[in-house]
Amino acid sequence: MKNAHEKVEKNVGLFFLFTVFAISIGGLVEITPLFFQKELAQPVDNLKPYTALQMEGRDVYIREGCHVCHSQMIRPFRAETERYGHYSVAGEHVWEHPFLWGSKRTGPDLARVGGRYSDDWHLAHLLDPRSVVPESNMPAFKWLAENTLDGELTRKKLETFNWLTRNRSHKDEDGNRIKLYSDETLAAAKDAVKGKTEMDALIAYLQSLGHALK
Amino acid sequence: MSSFWNIWVWVLTLGSLVGCFLLLRWCLNDHTGVEEGESMGHSFDGIEELNNPLPKWWSTFFLLTIIWAFGYLALYGLGSWGGLLGWKSSNQGILNLAESKAKTAASLTEGSNFLVQYDREVAAADTKYGPIFDAYAARSIEDLATDEKALKVGQRLFIQNCSQCHGSDARGTTGFPNLTDNDWLYGGSPETIKETIMHGRIASGMMAWEGALGGEQGVKEVAAYVISLSGRSVDPVLAKAGKGKFALCAGCHGSEGQGSLALGLPMGAPNLSDNIWLYGGSKRVIEESIRYGRAGVMPPWKDILGEEKVHLISAYVYSLSQD
Repeated sequence: MKNAHEKVEKNVGLFFLFTVFAISIGGLVEITPLFFQKELAQPVDNLKPYTALQMEGRDVYIREGCHVCHSQMIRPFRAETERYGHYSVAGEHVWEHPFLWGSKRTGPDLARVGGRYSDDWHLAHLLDPRSVVPESNMPAFKWLAENTLDGELTRKKLETFNWLTRNRSHKDEDGNRIKLYSDETLAAAKDAVKGKTEMDALIAYLQSLGHALK
Repeated sequence: MSSFWNIWVWVLTLGSLVGCFLLLRWCLNDHTGVEEGESMGHSFDGIEELNNPLPKWWSTFFLLTIIWAFGYLALYGLGSWGGLLGWKSSNQGILNLAESKAKTAASLTEGSNFLVQYDREVAAADTKYGPIFDAYAARSIEDLATDEKALKVGQRLFIQNCSQCHGSDARGTTGFPNLTDNDWLYGGSPETIKETIMHGRIASGMMAWEGALGGEQGVKEVAAYVISLSGRSVDPVLAKAGKGKFALCAGCHGSEGQGSLALGLPMGAPNLSDNIWLYGGSKRVIEESIRYGRAGVMPPWKDILGEEKVHLISAYVYSLSQD
């Protein structure tokens, strides 16, 4: 085998294949097995699906990019659990599509913000953050109070979540999967949000966060 | 983890480590057929490639990283195997709070060889701070309110958890009560303050009165009367008409507007005669309150902070109006 090294050096295709192989090993070991772990498809006991209004609020949260400055992932450090509550576990997130863990913490973590402030506080804070937190650098979101929801797509969203979570929802006593949203809930979805503002929806969503481990 | 994925992790991890070692060994030998230090017959732009071996320091460090990796795996584990240390960062896979607490308690018992990093952190902090909080918890709120050190702790907790609504100076803001003025919605005794923080308060909620008062005119009249209660000058005709309609308000606010606390009632209806205004005292805002109603909410803190910390915050809040 005289100077076999040269073969790799002078053949871009071969070099590419070896590179892909080398860098994929980490992912194959650390990520692939997770897709098949039972623990990661098992919701925690008190996990509740978002109501129609909360689901719309979640979409507002995504649209406005709240997850760019706020994480929803309490790490298992005492310094964090003292401030935010119990650390986040996989079972709280099995129904999330997509995850809104975020990675940047310009603002505080929101994983358990539900119930921590009153609705009035959230309203004042979203309309003018500095009216309640003078040192805040969060932008105001005034338009949310003016935009009204029509609910045209709400039912579709809930149905999509039924499908996405079909293999990881709660089970009844006989071991059958319970759908996240019953037919009744689906039928009422549009009326549940119609006429509400995006502000109502976002506050409902924020107030729903993190109760499963409280 | 199923045995398939366990094997998958072991084979790929150990395989790549062995693979790295073999690759290094292969590269340490000269396969070129050219004398060491001689030209490889390849030059570009006047720079010639010589057949030099890998630098010693580099190949030694590569070898050390491989040895390090085996040591690391032995201590921290691989796949389903927990390693010689039995280390974990936290109790993932718990399904409820009780289970989490039970696992923490179990991992802290003597003889447990399970090292959950988070639980150890909490245990270390409890050992250090637990006695301090216990000592404070054993004393009364009135007593703590005179203890400078306790108040400092209480103030830190207040700033961290309460200032978002009540302000860092505890003087509140529109819609969130001032805690320093000795004017209370639910009562200012130490026990009541603690109860308020522990369990929160949901105001019975003032309804929207526009309809019941006969429209805009009724709202204006009652607003004028309410303003007159704290001695401010108003249109006497409007106020007189409002006084008659105030009977509707007296159920919660009292016939003199003295508030539900003065009547010994629990609904948190403010005193309207003291010129202290939760939502603002201008004519416009008072009319708005009457027209649309108000309902303040204080969230419960028992589960977030625990009783010991609430005890200290209560002492701090109590001290603010004790001058």
